[in-house]
Parts: sequence; C-alpha cells; structure tokens
Amino acid sequence: MRSHALKTIRIIFSVLLFLCFFLLFVDFKYLIPTRYINILLYLQFIPSAIKFYDLGTIAAGGFLIVLVLTLFTGRTYCSFLCPLGIGQDIFSRIGGRFKKRFRRFGFKKPYTIFRYSFLAITLVVTMIWGIYMITLLDPYSIFGRFMTYFAKPVVIMINNVLAGILGKYDIYTLSNIPVKPFPLVVYSIPAAFFLLVGILSFTKGRLYCNTFCPVGTLLGLISKISILRINFDESKCTRCGRCALKCKSSCIDFLNHKVDVTRCVDCFDCINTCQDKAISYGFVKLKKKVHETDESKRKIIVGSILFLLGMSRISNAQEKAVPKPKKDSTVKENRTLPVCPPGGVSIADFNKDCIACSLCINACPNGVLIPSFKQYGITGMMQPVMDYHKSFCTYKCTVCTEICPTSALHPLLLEAKQLTQLGKAKFIKDNCIVKTEKTACGACSESCPTKAVHMIAYERNLVIPEVTEDICIGCGHCEFACPTKPYKAIFVDGNAIHVAAKKPLNVKSDMKTPVEFPF
Amino acid sequence: MKRRDFFKTSVGAGLAAGAALSLGGYSKLWASTPPGAKYDMVAVMGGNPDAMFDLAIQELGGMGTFIQKGQKVLIKPNIGWDVIPELAANTNPLLVKRIIEHCFKAGAKEVYVYDHTCDNWVNCYKNSGIEKAAKSAGAKVVPGNSESYYHEISIPGGVKLQKAKVHQLLLETDVFINVPVLKDHSSTKMTCCLKNSMGLVWDREYWHSNNLNQCIADYALYEKKPALNVIDCYNVMVKHGPQGVSKEDIVLMKSQILTTDWVAGDAAAAKMLKIPVETIEYIPIAHKMGLGNMNLDSLNIKRIKM
Repeated sequence: MRSHALKTIRIIFSVLLFLCFFLLFVDFKYLIPTRYINILLYLQFIPSAIKFYDLGTIAAGGFLIVLVLTLFTGRTYCSFLCPLGIGQDIFSRIGGRFKKRFRRFGFKKPYTIFRYSFLAITLVVTMIWGIYMITLLDPYSIFGRFMTYFAKPVVIMINNVLAGILGKYDIYTLSNIPVKPFPLVVYSIPAAFFLLVGILSFTKGRLYCNTFCPVGTLLGLISKISILRINFDESKCTRCGRCALKCKSSCIDFLNHKVDVTRCVDCFDCINTCQDKAISYGFVKLKKKVHETDESKRKIIVGSILFLLGMSRISNAQEKAVPKPKKDSTVKENRTLPVCPPGGVSIADFNKDCIACSLCINACPNGVLIPSFKQYGITGMMQPVMDYHKSFCTYKCTVCTEICPTSALHPLLLEAKQLTQLGKAKFIKDNCIVKTEKTACGACSESCPTKAVHMIAYERNLVIPEVTEDICIGCGHCEFACPTKPYKAIFVDGNAIHVAAKKPLNVKSDMKTPVEFPF
Repeated sequence: MKRRDFFKTSVGAGLAAGAALSLGGYSKLWASTPPGAKYDMVAVMGGNPDAMFDLAIQELGGMGTFIQKGQKVLIKPNIGWDVIPELAANTNPLLVKRIIEHCFKAGAKEVYVYDHTCDNWVNCYKNSGIEKAAKSAGAKVVPGNSESYYHEISIPGGVKLQKAKVHQLLLETDVFINVPVLKDHSSTKMTCCLKNSMGLVWDREYWHSNNLNQCIADYALYEKKPALNVIDCYNVMVKHGPQGVSKEDIVLMKSQILTTDWVAGDAAAAKMLKIPVETIEYIPIAHKMGLGNMNLDSLNIKRIKM
C-alpha cells in the first residue's frame, strides 16, 4: 500500500490514544469509570505480560495480541499503542521546529550489541531477582510516572487558578485541590528518565526506543519476521535521501534500499515524504547506510532542569501551613513494616508484581498512596505505599484494586476490603494528648470506621484510646487524625501478609424511641 | 525558557487570585439578633423531618423572623462522614432541603451549604444525600476541602482559642443557620450545636491538641453566631459516635429542636441522649462564659407533639 492515509491514520489514532492516557493519569475528578480504564490498559505490553504470568488467564492476554500484531505488521505497537512512544513523537516534532529540517536524522548504525545485551540483562535480572529493571524501564510505567509526578500537579494548579476565578463569581463546579508533593527524593528517578527520554527524543527521534527500551528491542526482534513492512521500488527511487532524513528511527539506508526493521516503528513518515512514490508499506519483498551530529542541546537541558526545579518549588509553595504543636511528642513510632495497598495480599507478593506505573497513586480519591522511597527497600523504590501522615484509606473505596494493570493489586469486593487488615493500629500512650495535656481529644476514635479504636475511662472525667486489634483494618484514619507532632500517638504498623479482620460486633442499644420530651 | 515563564505566570496568577479573595467581603457584619421570637426554644416530636420543621418554624414566626429579603444565607449541616442518610452520621437531607426552601420563601437571595468534612468530601457530599437535596432546593453547595477557602479571624476573650481560620462563606453571608445532627461522641460525649462549629474552621487539630472542650466553648465567642439552630433528632446515633458502625447504633427519635441559643440547644439535646448536661464539659464552660443558657427551666419552651 502506498497510501498517504497511513500516516494520517497513525497520527489521528495515536493522538487520540495519547489523550486518553493523559486524561487517565490526570483525571483528578475521578470521572473515568474503571471498566474504560481496564480496556485502555489491556494492550499495554508489560503490564499485560506480568498479569498473564501471575494469573495465567487468557483474559490478561493483551500482550499476546501485541505479539501477533507485531508478527504481521512490525513495530506498530511503538507508534500506535505506546503512550511513551507517542509522547516522544510529540517531543520530536517540537524538536524539529528548533532545528533545520533536513539536518536532523539520517541513517545511523544501530547500537546492536548494546541493546541486545541490555535486553538480555533485563530479562535475566527479572527472572532471577525480580521485577526491578522492568519497573525502571517499562515504557508505560515511565509514562505513568511522568504524568503522575509532573503533569498532574500542573493540571491541578491550572484547575486551582480557574477554581479561584470561578469562585469569585459564585460558581463552585471546580474546587480548589490541595497539591501534596511526594518526598523530594522519589522525584529523582522520573526526573532522570525525563531528561534522558526527553533529550533523546527531542534531538534524535526514537533513539531511546531503539537503544534502551526492552519492549522496543523485543518487538524489533520479532519484526525481523514480520509480514508487512516498508518496501522500496528501486526503479522509481532517485536516491534523494529525503526518506532517511525524515526517519525518526534513523533506520533507512536509502543508498542500499534497506530499512532496518528492528528499528522501524511504522510511523509511515517516509511514505509521505518520498516525492518519487518509491516507498510503500506492504508484504515483505526479500531484498536488500549516512552520519550526523547535533548541537544546541544546552538550551533543552537548562530548560528541563528549570522545569523540574520549578515543579518542586511550586509543590512546596502549596504545602499546608503546619500549625504549631502544643508540645512535642517524645516517643518515636516503632514501625516494623510499611503498609501496602489493599489487594496486595502480602508485601512480598505485591513487590513482586508492581511496576510502579503510579496509576493507583493517581486513582486514589484520598491521595493516600505515595511512591515509596526506602519503605520496601531500594528495589521497591517508587512502588506505592500508604502514607497515613498525608491521608487515609477510605472505608468505602476499592478503586486501586480495580485498576491495577499487573495484578500486583488483586480486585477486592467492598465487603472483602472492609475486612482486609493491612496493618494494625498501635497506641503510644506517652504521646497521647489525653495523658500529656490531661485534656480530651479522641480524634483517633472519632475517625475509626470499625471502632477498633475506642475510648476507655482514664483519670477524672477523661477517656483515652484503646485498640481492639482483631477488628482493626489498618486504614490509617486514626494515625492521620492524631494531632501530636512530630510523632503520632497512634500509628499503623503494616502486616507482612494481609489477614482477615473480624467483623465489628454491634448490639442494639436499649434506648427506646421517646414518647415524651425529656426536658 | 517558555516553561519557566509559564510557571512564573501561573504562580503569579494563583497568588493574585488568593490575594483578591482574601480582600473581598469582610466589611459586612452579621445581621443583628432576630427581633423577639415568641419562644426561646421550640421542640417537635412525632413527624417527618420536613413536616416537623414546617411546624416549628411557624411557631417561631416563620423564617422571615431570621432572614430579611435579599440576604445571603449559610446553612451548615453536619456532612462529616461518608455515610448513607439512614445511618444518621450526617444531618437529614430532607431537613436541609426544607430549610433551604423556607429561606428562599423568606426572600433569601442566595443559600449556601457546606461543611469541612472528615472523610473524603466528594463522597460525603454525595453519599449523605445532602448535595442532591440542597441543589434540588436551589442552594449552592460549596467545597470546604482546601485551606485556600479559609480566612483567619480572631476570637477576643478566647481562653485557648484566640484565632481560627473560618470558611469564606461564613464571612460573606448575612445569616448563619446551624443545622447539626444529634450524635453520641467518643471523646466529647455528644456532638450537636456547639461541636458542629468544628466544621466551620480549617484547623481542627489545634482544637484537639489544646483542650478540645475549652476550644469548642471559645469558638462560640466569635461574633458571627448562628441566627438559628435546627437540631436534627430524627434518627439519633446513641453509641459509636460520631461516625457509627451499623444501624444498631441508631435510635429513631423523630424529634427536632429549634432555638436561637446554641448552649440551650445542646442542653436539651443532652437530655435526649440521657446524658447529664454538666458532664458534657463544653456546655457548662460555655454557660459560665455567658454564651448561652444551659438551665432549661428558665427558658420559654414550646413543646409540640404531632
């Protein structure tokens, strides 16, 4: 097929898909229903492969479809379905405006040894030690983190400005949303990747995809036997080289009429750019390399660094003014384990399957999930962990368990979630206001949805908290509500393995419907 | 450098918006105390929340006693918890709706409803049924989830609480109607009129860590007091308050209390829960500070059974 429509179709399709993914990650109003999210995520290669490996169900077979698709069409996945790939195309397009159009790309030799070794190392590490390298390199997860760490705060800030303006006109359809930044150190990895992927795509098109990305390299290998690919009509070709200069994968050797299918992402740009109508996309024809360097990267690097600095600056500016505590609490919480999200089954299970795409962090309506730093050890960095200083797990919500693309979080029915103990509340009496100030507080007990934290008689007229551990579900509302600083008087210590909590017992009150006013 | 410019601009715009908000609407003082209603308190028993309110407000001379034409009204129910109406952790939505309707009938220009919730505010507003009920009656339902909505006020004479940040609506409206639901409470024994003011302020942690009972009473010193308190005692949470665990915590009381004196309202509510009034610490404190009268015997109370 030698149709100009191919490129148009690709652009329309990929832009729409990119918008869907963008909205998915910045949806701060939680408007997108879970079932649509699951459809969107179905074809993401690595999440689907992990889910398939974990559950063994064909319902998680999205990656198989991708493999078959690749066998037929080559690396269309990279141009049509990968949000990071599409994002790079957008970056690359912007990059093109900064540079002289015809000096950008051109055929380059592939880093063959490097990329296959890199893929091999990734596979070996994953099989022997675990998911860590995949977590770092899965393109969908990288995209998810960019959105979560950098794009969403910007969207929320825009919302807040709009909400402020509308509020002045008495319109409250938009509301101000406090931006709560993550611990600064967890920004480091996404920031490094943002620079790497950003700069490479800005200047070199798809160089990242063809050098580092394990999905790209793997699908490239399979493309070697793909049925449809870019073909040259040598009789028409005048060797003008426009196609090679247009190719963002730098994979067209126009002098020898060869396209390196392991790097070609089927963007179809070359078809449209060829004035001799010599390039087409069709069934494989068995048939049978240019150099350049770039400059002016400095501006981009400086710009990116400023962008990142600006992010953290603005995030900090929005932080809530912390009220001055009355008296500092003295006993440090003895946390033995972090609290992993519901549906994780156990910390070990969860760590094994989570690729830190951050979708659950975005989807949590309470914002209780944050990317971990050291909580799961350095290998679990960026996997979500419950932060009960920031928020708490809403009793009536199961969203994170429903949208997880890899089955690191298994779906939970609400009834099951409400009886799943993620950890246990531990009371530190020596930090408690009731003991230190001798005044009433009870913020923890107020917040407890199961009344595992309840108040018992203390000195004088006072009551003090007590925890019934077996009905505690570890939601963390008590810890969040506890006003003591810097250490809380009540905190949730994570369970290594999530267990079933007992149902809270409740008996009918003996108080009756009154028939007379008691006053 | 476009990104940096963008950030500069957006931060600047944010600051400007915040500054502009903080300047507006401060000069208006509260409407003066309502001209002598016939009773200090009206208590109704035996009807639905809306019907009981119709009757009770009529006994007080109608909503026009409290609202003048063209005024803006703030209705502050308890919407603290993500709980369905039947479990009575929040004010009854039917009651909220009927109060709003009476406000508009009395000529209110605009009626606003909001609470600083404990659970996720979107879910609280939705699952309490209050957002829908209030909107259907024509009120504006306003978020209270962000500190940016709150402005600092001072409370001269407060023992522990001399400053608080209150929602801008409290400052911008002319009339404040307090609509608490009566509930058991794990630390203060009971939550009703006075305790409901914790949903008006931003920083509750300060109250909890600085003598909660004193802070609750101190807040009542603040000049913008409720013109009317409507106490929802239709379904009453008699244990496991303020959130409740299950329907076993609820007793159907089919009652409602209207009063201009929130200390008296709390005293009457305590009797409904069969708790000795003196043991709910903030009530005697508020009484001694002259913020209301907890001695119900000295009040002119109208009691109605439907």
